[in-house]
Formats: sequence, structure tokens, C-alpha cells
Amino acid sequence: MTSLPGSPPAKRLGLVIDLDTCVGCHACAVACKEWNAGGHSAPLTDLDPYGADPTGVWFNRVHSFEAGEGERGRTVNFPRSCLHCDEPACVTVCPTGASYKRAEDGIVLVNPDTCIGCKLCSWACPYGAREYDEHEGVMKKCTLCIDRIENLTLPEAERVPACVSTCPAHARHFGDLGDPASAVSRLVAERGGFDLMPELGYRPVNKYLPPRPRAALPRPAEDTSPETGLSGFLGWVDRVLSR
Amino acid sequence: MNPAPSVIVFTVGSGAGYGLLAALGVLAALGRLPPGAGFALASFGLALGLVTAGLASSALHLGHPERAWRAFSQWRTSWLSREAVMAAATYPPALLLAALLALGGPRGAVVPLGALTALLAAGTVACTAMIYRSLKPIHAWANRLTVPGYLIIGAATGLTLAFALLAAFRAASAWGAGAAALAALAAGFLHKRAYWRFLDTTSGPATPGSATGLGALGRVRPLDPPHTGRNFVMREMGFAVARRHAEALRRVALAAGFILPAWAVAVGLGLGGAAAAGLGAAASVSALAGALVERWLFFAEARHAAMLYYGAASA
Repeated sequence: MTSLPGSPPAKRLGLVIDLDTCVGCHACAVACKEWNAGGHSAPLTDLDPYGADPTGVWFNRVHSFEAGEGERGRTVNFPRSCLHCDEPACVTVCPTGASYKRAEDGIVLVNPDTCIGCKLCSWACPYGAREYDEHEGVMKKCTLCIDRIENLTLPEAERVPACVSTCPAHARHFGDLGDPASAVSRLVAERGGFDLMPELGYRPVNKYLPPRPRAALPRPAEDTSPETGLSGFLGWVDRVLSR
Repeated sequence: MNPAPSVIVFTVGSGAGYGLLAALGVLAALGRLPPGAGFALASFGLALGLVTAGLASSALHLGHPERAWRAFSQWRTSWLSREAVMAAATYPPALLLAALLALGGPRGAVVPLGALTALLAAGTVACTAMIYRSLKPIHAWANRLTVPGYLIIGAATGLTLAFALLAAFRAASAWGAGAAALAALAAGFLHKRAYWRFLDTTSGPATPGSATGLGALGRVRPLDPPHTGRNFVMREMGFAVARRHAEALRRVALAAGFILPAWAVAVGLGLGGAAAAGLGAAASVSALAGALVERWLFFAEARHAAMLYYGAASA
């Protein structure tokens, strides 16, 4: 049903993404594509994959932004995926009940057997997190790797989303953000984790950690080299070149 | 937003069809429709034809049209589902009303059926508008002008069609329908001007700074794109129409959608007879063409918050 769970889910599973340590390598996006192309949401169709204009469904996109100017400016790598919102308008606009928020852990999912492919949910998401599969005729999105996190055939350490397990910079963290004592909740509290577009009221579960304040840059050393004081031909060359 | 032809044809066609249906329902309840099967068939045939063609156009462009019936289930939360329920609920009273009028049924049944048909028709258009009104990421739609816009343009196109039909059947109520059409066309003209002023002078609350949470560091702008080709989000939400094209199309929408049809209806009212029917038909064609341009712009000029991640300065 597209009605949201009556009581807030006891668990609020989600990701915490550290914009300070993300190196922008796209390993999370590739691991996501690799896992999900064969998992719950398979196939994750690519159209014209070897042609001039390839396009395909991905659940995770890694942007790079610049923020601020000059010495205070920063380059920030920015992975973007479904935030599994507490107020997911993508779920409530769905006319068929294919989009739903799981009552037990708050994960937002699409039932590919009842989705009619009207795309309205993608319009309702300000984060651009849902991507339509032209070939399958249904909407697809991040599942938080429900086929990994609950997969008893995997070793316990691997029961995390593919993007988290692959991140070489340890910039992605997975856990229960509804439990204030969980490791991810403590991380958010310590580092001042924030919501994306809080003014729209979607109340995302996923949090982002801001880049740490940068240590003051060392002042460039004073130029103490003596004046050249050349004369004659070399002095003329020096004056011409210095103009 | 990508102006998909199926959605534009659907909203304009169903808007005009429900507008005509509402006009017919009111006039039937007032006892002002010409008697006989000919008018009932022509008028309700046209209204339900427009509505059905629009609904079919929208359903056939789904990823899975064979599952469209599922869209009736989520009326508790989804305006799209409510629209589907209202659209389906309008058919029985409209068909029954058409049959009663064609066969000369009792007034006692025509009055409530006419009122019910008009209410459900207006309600369906309001649900269509609420689909757009409720989408917070799209500032051009999530505002108080959206619902009046859909209702007024549905009324303007529907009443112009009603005027043409009534004039063709030499009905005295063509006068009332014509006058109402003029009022709706004038309201549409003023509404679109107000809407475009709103669009040109305001933007949504989200910014590149709030979309990334990096606003405190300073101005946020894209450095490297996440992918070299275009993806679904860019194709669906990233459609943008050039400013000068939009301005030219706005003038076309105003001229074809409101000014020309109002002129034709006014002249038709003055001349009467066969000229009124001909001018009414011309006014209807022009109003529908103008509404198609208006609806294309409604999509093409709407910007989506997700594009803030792809370099949009505002949404």
C-alpha cells in the first residue's frame, strides 16, 4: 500500500556518507551496478551500451562539486542515491501501491510486478534517486541491498550494501539511524551530519557528513632573495624580460 | 520537465471533454438542452470521445498498460489514483443522462444526474491538477495557481465546444453558453498572464547549497559530472526550452487559446444562425490548439529540484 506505515518504523536503516573522506573514485557506483544487475532489481538495463549514446539504470551517481572561492574553496565528491525518506512522496503519489515503505525498517522499495511505469514517483523525488528502466517498463531504485543485508548465505561482515562494503576510503556507513546509540547515529551526532534539501520536508533517513574544517594553510615564505642588481647587457635583458 | 505528447494530449483532451460534460450537465439540470436524440448523441459523444481518447492516450504510454487497472487502488494517498477513480465514476451518470435526454426521460431524473455529472467532471479535472499541485520538487506546479489554471482552461475549451454545438442545433441556450465561454476565455487570459509573471519572478526554496548541504562553504557549482551521457533524470526532468522560444510560444498560446476564440464567439453571438455554428467550431479548434501550446509550456517551463545536482542555479 502507498499509505505510509501507521507508526514510524522502529528501525530506520540508512546510509551515512562522509563528504570529507570520499575520494570520488566511483567504486560505490560500480559495485552497486554490479550487484544490482544480478540481484533483486535485475536486470539493470543498459541501452546502446557499446554505441554512440549509451544510457542505463544506476542507483548511485557520484558528482563532484566546487564550493566557496579561492583559498577557502573546496572540491567535494558527492555520491547521490535514494535517501529512504521518512516522508517519501514517491510512495504516496504511486497510484498502484507498487511503491512502498517497509514498516519494519523504513526501506523504500518498488514492487516490479505491480508497477505500471507511470514515472510519477520519479517526478515526486527532489533527489533524482529513481531511474526508469525503459526495457522493463518499470521504475527502479536503491533497495539498500535488501538481498545482501538480510542474506544469511553471506558471511556476517558482508551483510551491508554493496556500496558500503566496497568503499576504499571508508566514506560510507550503514546502520540503524532510528537507534540513537548505533554507530551511525553517533557518527552523525559527532560530525554534524545533515539532511539534503530539508526545506522540502521529505525528512531523509540517509545523512551526509560535512567536509572537516581545513587546517590553516602555511603562509608562503617571505621572498628574501637579494635584488639581482645586474648591470650592462645582462641588466638590459633582465629589464626587458621583467617588463 | 519533459513535455511528453501523451500527457499533453491527455490533459488538454480530457480537460475539454470534462468541461463540455460539466456544461452539458448544468444545462441539462436547468432544462436548457435541445430535445431529441441527435443533440444528445452529438454532444455527449463528443465529450465522452474527447475524455476517452485522452484517457487511452495516457494509459497506452505507460510502461505496463495491461496493469493500468491497478491505478484505481490507491485513492487514499495518490491524486493520480483519485483521478482514475473520478474519471471512471463520471461515465455511468454521463451515459445515463445522455440516454435519458435522447429518449426524453423524466425531469426528476435528469436534474440530479445533470448536477452529478457536472460535479464529477469538475472533480476529475481538479484531481488532474492536484497531481501537479502536490509535487513539491517542481516550483512551477506546486503553487496555488495550478488548480485554477486547469479548471479555467477546461471550462474555456469545454464551453466553447458547447457554444458551437448549441449554435449548430439552433438552441436558444447557445447565448448563455457563449457568454459563459467568453467569461472563461477572459479568465484564462488573465490567469495565464498572472501565472507567467509568478514563474518569471519566483523560484523554489531549494538551492544548489541546500541540495548538497555545502552552501555554508560558499557558492556551489558542478565540477565533474557523474556520467558522460544523459541519464533518465536528465531526460525526464532536465528538459529546458529556450527563453525566446518560450516567449514566442506564450504569445501563441494567448492568441490561439483565448483572444481568437473569444473574438470568434463574440462575432458568432452577434451574427447568430449558421455563422454562429461555424465561428463556434473555429473558436473550438483555436482554443484547443492554444491549450495544447499552453500545456506544452506548462511542462517545458517547469524546472525540477533534481536538476540542482546537474548545474541548475535554481529550481
